[in-house]
Amino acid sequence: MLSRTAGNLFWLGRYIERADFVSRLTDATLRLAALPSSYGGDVGAWSGALTAAGVNVAYAERYPLLEEATALQFLSLDPDNPSSMRWCLEKARNNARAVRTALTIETWEAINGAWLDLQRFGTRLDSRPTLNRLLEAVKAAALAFDGATHRSMLRDDGYWFMRLGAAIERADNTARLLDVKYHLLLPRDEPVGGSLDYFQWTTILRTVSALTAYRHVYRDGVKPWLVADLLILNRSMPRSLAACASDIVRYLDRLAEASGRRGAAHRLAVTAANRLAGARIESIFAAGLHEFITDFTAENNRLGSTITEQYLF
Amino acid sequence: MQASSAFDEMGIGDAAPRDAYARIKRWLDEAPPEYLQTRRAQAELFFRRIGITFAVYGDAQADERLIPFDIIPRVISRAEWTRLEKGLVQRVAALNAFLADVYGRREILRAGLLPEELVLRNPQFCLPVIGHQPPHGVYTHIAGIDIVRTGPDDFYVLEDNARTPSGVSYMLENREVMLRLLPELFDRHRVAPVDDYPETLLATLRSVAPPNCPGEPTIVVLTPGFHNSAYYEHSFLADKLGVELVEGSDLFVRGDVLFMRTTEGPKRVDVVYRRVDDAFIDPLVFNPASVLGVPGLMSAYAAGNLAIANAPGTGIADDKAIYSYMPEIVRFYTGEEPILANVPTWRCREPDSLGHVLANLKELVVKEVDGSGGYGMLVGPHASRAQIDEFAAKLKATPDKFIAQPTLALSTCPTLVDEGVAPRHVDLRPFVLTGARGSRIVPGGLTRVALQAGSLVVNSSQGGGTKDTWVLDD
Repeated sequence: MLSRTAGNLFWLGRYIERADFVSRLTDATLRLAALPSSYGGDVGAWSGALTAAGVNVAYAERYPLLEEATALQFLSLDPDNPSSMRWCLEKARNNARAVRTALTIETWEAINGAWLDLQRFGTRLDSRPTLNRLLEAVKAAALAFDGATHRSMLRDDGYWFMRLGAAIERADNTARLLDVKYHLLLPRDEPVGGSLDYFQWTTILRTVSALTAYRHVYRDGVKPWLVADLLILNRSMPRSLAACASDIVRYLDRLAEASGRRGAAHRLAVTAANRLAGARIESIFAAGLHEFITDFTAENNRLGSTITEQYLF
Repeated sequence: MQASSAFDEMGIGDAAPRDAYARIKRWLDEAPPEYLQTRRAQAELFFRRIGITFAVYGDAQADERLIPFDIIPRVISRAEWTRLEKGLVQRVAALNAFLADVYGRREILRAGLLPEELVLRNPQFCLPVIGHQPPHGVYTHIAGIDIVRTGPDDFYVLEDNARTPSGVSYMLENREVMLRLLPELFDRHRVAPVDDYPETLLATLRSVAPPNCPGEPTIVVLTPGFHNSAYYEHSFLADKLGVELVEGSDLFVRGDVLFMRTTEGPKRVDVVYRRVDDAFIDPLVFNPASVLGVPGLMSAYAAGNLAIANAPGTGIADDKAIYSYMPEIVRFYTGEEPILANVPTWRCREPDSLGHVLANLKELVVKEVDGSGGYGMLVGPHASRAQIDEFAAKLKATPDKFIAQPTLALSTCPTLVDEGVAPRHVDLRPFVLTGARGSRIVPGGLTRVALQAGSLVVNSSQGGGTKDTWVLDD
C-alpha cells in the first residue's frame, strides 16, 4: 500500500481516538470540578485535565488565568489547539479525505457526517447545553467510526494501520492520565472508605469509561492501587496499557503477515508488551509508579516514530 | 436559435412520438405530475447525499457543486448508436494516427493538407515527445467526443476532447440513481448497460503497458489532489479500477523507471492514468514550478519504461483550428469518408474567412482555438452591439487565435422543469477507450442539458444539468 495512504490511515485512527479521549476527559473533569470544594471540586481540576491532554503549556501561553470557561473553550472548539475536539475531527477528516478510496462509504460517511455536524458548533462555545451536545456528538462519532470500520472494512493493511494508530494514541492517553494523577494512586496507610480522593479516582475511571468495569473486575470499593492495576495491567480492560501494548503487537503481526517481514517497530512493541504481561502492581509501586509511567510514555513515543520510519510515512 | 425550430428527439405536441421514445412518452402521459416531481425531489436528495460523500469539498460551496440531474432519460436507438459508434471509432483512429504522424514522419504536412506552422508552431505541439512512439502507438486512450444533433440523421462533432476528458463518473452515477429511482422504466425497456466502463478502462490500460513490463502491469491514477474540482471523479475511478490513487509526491523515478512509495518499499509503476495536464506532469521538462508532477517522469517515458494515458502531446489534436481540418484528417489516415460530420468552421487566420466572419458576427459563434469550457467565446445571436464590436477588434488584431461556426439548433429532449415536462437543448459526450487492440465504447455517454428555456449552453457552470443516456436494444 502507498506509504502516504498508510500514514493518513494511521493518523486518522489516532485523531479519532484523541477526540474521544478529550471528550471523555472533559466530561469527567466537569463532574469533578462541579463538586463542592470539600469533595475536591476545584478549578484546579482543569489544570490536571489540560496536562492530561498535553496542552497545559499551550493553554498558559494563551490565557493568563486558569478558568473553567476558557479551559472548556480551549479543549472543545478552539481552532488552533491540536488537542481540541474540533481540531482532532478536522484532522481526522482531512486524513480520510486524502485517502477516500481506502475507506468504505460507511466509514467515510461516519467521519464526514461527524465533521459536518461539528460545523454547526462554530468556533466559540456559547453555552453548557451546547457543550453537552458537543461531547455527545464526539463520542457518537467515535462509536460510529469504530462501528463502520469494524463492520465494513476489509481486514487488510489499511485497516491494521488505522487500528495501530488508534492503539498507540490510546496507550499515550491512558499513560498521560495516569501521569497526572499518579500521586493519588499511591498506596497509603489510610482507613478504607471515606477518602476525599474517592472522587478523584472515579474521575480517572470515568475518563477511560471504566467505572462500571472496575466494579465488575474487582467487586470491591474503589481503591487507588486497584485503579492503577486496572489501568496498567488488566488486559481485559481495553484502555489499559497492557491491553494497548498487546493490541499493538497483534496489529504489527497482521501487517508483518502481509509483507512477510518484521522490523524494529515489532521488536520494540514485543518488548513493551512482555514487560507489562509479566509485571505485578506491587513491584511497579516498589520501583516507583511515576518512573514506570514516564518510561512507558517515552517508549510508546519511540514506537510511534519507529513505525513511521519503518513504513516510510 | 429558438427551441421551437429545433429538432425534438421525442417529438412535440400530439404527433406520434419517435419510435425510441414511444414508451417514455406513454410513461410521461400516464404518470401523475406530482409523481414525477416527487421522483425528481428524491433524485436530488439522493445526489445531495452522494454529493456529501463526493464532498471531498464539503465546505459551504458543496451545495453549489452539485450538478442538477433530470430524471427523464435521453434515448438513442440501437440503429442510431451503431452509426455513432462507427463514426466515433473512425474519428479516434484518425486522431491517434494524426498524433503518431505529427510527432513522427509528418506525412500529412508533406502532403500539404494543413499548414505546417499551424502544427509546428502551435503552443500545444509538444516538442519533448517528437520522435517517441508511445507503447503500442496509442496517444489518446480516453477520448471524450462532444456530439450535437440537429435532425433525425444529423449528428455533428462539436469538439474532440483528447487530453483528460472528465464526466464519466456522472455517466455511471446517473445510471445507478435511475435504476434505484425508476425501476419500472427499466422493466419496459432493454437498456444497454454502462457499468462495465471501469472493467473496459482497466483492460484498456493494461493492454498498453510497455512491452518490457515485468509480469502484471501496475497501474495508478495520478491526481493533482483533493483541491482539484474533479478529485471526486479521480478517486471514484481509482476505486472502481482497484488501483492506487497517487499524487506526484507518491512517485519517484530512479534509473528511468517510475516507482511509487509503499509501506513495503518502492514498487514499480508501468501505466499512469494521469488526470494532471501536460504542463504539470514533469517539472524537469515542462513547468518547473509544478509540484503536482514527478521529476523524471518524461525520461522514464522516453526510455520506454512507462505508458502515460493520455500520452503527453495529445493537446495538438483538440486544438480548434486543427479540428476544422478533421474531415481531411479522417480521409487522409483512414481512406474513408468521415461518418460523423464536422460543424462548418471558418478559420479566421484565412483572410477570406475572416472577412466573412466579421460581416456576419451576429449569426456566428466565435471561439478561441485553444479555449475550452465555454470561456473566451462570443455567441453572436445573444451578444450586445458593444460585445460584438469588442470581439471584432480582437479578431482583427489576432485572427490566428480564433475560429467561427454557425449557431447550431441543438436538438431538444423532454425535461422535467418546475412547470412540468418541456423540451430543452442537449448534447452528448460518449467516451471512446482505445488500447492495444482497438477502440471500445460503452453504449451511452454523458448527456448535458441546458435547463433554461431556449438556452444552448449546457455547461454545468451556467445552469446545465445531466441526464442518464440510454441506448435501447430492441
